[in-house]
Amino acid sequence: MILLDALSWIGSHPAEFAAALQQHLLMSAISLAIGLLIAIPLAVLVLPSRLGAGLTVGLVNAVRTIPSLAILAAALPILGIGIVPSIVALVVLAVPPILINSLIGLREIDPDLIDAATGIGMRRAQILWRIRLPLAAPSIFGGIRTAAVQVIAGATLASFIGGGGLGDFITAGIALMDYSRLLVGAVPIALLAIGTELGMAALERRLFLEKTA
Amino acid sequence: MRWAPNHLPDIALALWQHLLLVTVSVSIALVFALIAGIWSAHRPRAYAAILFLTGILFVVPSLAMFALLIPILGLGFKPAIVGLTSYCLLILTRNVVLGLRAVSPDIADAALGLGYGPARRLIEIELPIALPFIVAGLRVAIVTVIGVATVAAYINAGGLGTIIFAGIDQRYPEKIMIGGGLTALMAITADLLLSRAERALRGRTA
Repeated sequence: MILLDALSWIGSHPAEFAAALQQHLLMSAISLAIGLLIAIPLAVLVLPSRLGAGLTVGLVNAVRTIPSLAILAAALPILGIGIVPSIVALVVLAVPPILINSLIGLREIDPDLIDAATGIGMRRAQILWRIRLPLAAPSIFGGIRTAAVQVIAGATLASFIGGGGLGDFITAGIALMDYSRLLVGAVPIALLAIGTELGMAALERRLFLEKTA
Repeated sequence: MRWAPNHLPDIALALWQHLLLVTVSVSIALVFALIAGIWSAHRPRAYAAILFLTGILFVVPSLAMFALLIPILGLGFKPAIVGLTSYCLLILTRNVVLGLRAVSPDIADAALGLGYGPARRLIEIELPIALPFIVAGLRVAIVTVIGVATVAAYINAGGLGTIIFAGIDQRYPEKIMIGGGLTALMAITADLLLSRAERALRGRTA
């Protein structure tokens, strides 16, 4: 059984496996966090200007047509090998879904609500923090969910540019044609992605559906 | 641009292989999606189960999916096609079902009144109404698969990814840009053509 071989490989190399898993998670979490810090403020910034929002959406859609592999590959000649170029590339993957969903969420707020808030004397910053962002939260969260799954998948490809992570076991497994090594990478990556998707979906329901129902 | 002008045949071959990977995998997925969609459109529980399963296939990262298939199917075109097909199932099945559910009950009743059997109703009424939705699904699936298919080069399935991987191995930025750029161009072209088809179809039924 190849799966048992894979398990026994992990059992005999626990430090190596833990290091790759940790690198994978760290790379994904840092990229997602930086992506959030760029995407949400940028959405708030371009929101008032029709031209700015239009340009941003156009640029983001153009970036989205570039395959993840090419984005990671492009980081290599510019930034070299390792985890830093991988994180930069993963941030490029994380920003588009969060940015687009934030823009949609922030824009589709009932204008009457904003009028009412202005009428009772709320300032723009207050309207942003107390009305716009809370109402846009479900949409923004949806973007974060898409971004998280994409970043975890993208981190698999970081192995090609020396970024480490669980993808290293897959590239080693293909190079050596060692099936059990292949599964040491593939099974945890698949479980990580599925777990993230299901976990975020459950969190989404908890945070937003029950409140509105 | 020193490499590309002298290697146009290689680039053309990679483009052709890429197109083949995309069309074969999306076509197979469409057959599965039509069967699953037609069967489950009016069976909410079965449809929920299909969405869950295809949703799981959709989130498994491409490289991991290919790696899981290698022990069974080896390297090359076959595991690449199976992996890419599994990606489109969610998008296509969902859109087939959305399309079939867009058939108003009045129309279905009218067809029943006219003595249409289930097969004739499906082919002559329901599927034509669902067509714009199916084309919309095809658009998203094709654009997604065009990007994912670059990774298939790593398991020797060919395509534009071979140029990107050569660029990584040789630290040759031009190859990365050509491979990535042509992939993006293919995605943009497919998106434009299919959005136009979708609009034309919606205009026809409206």
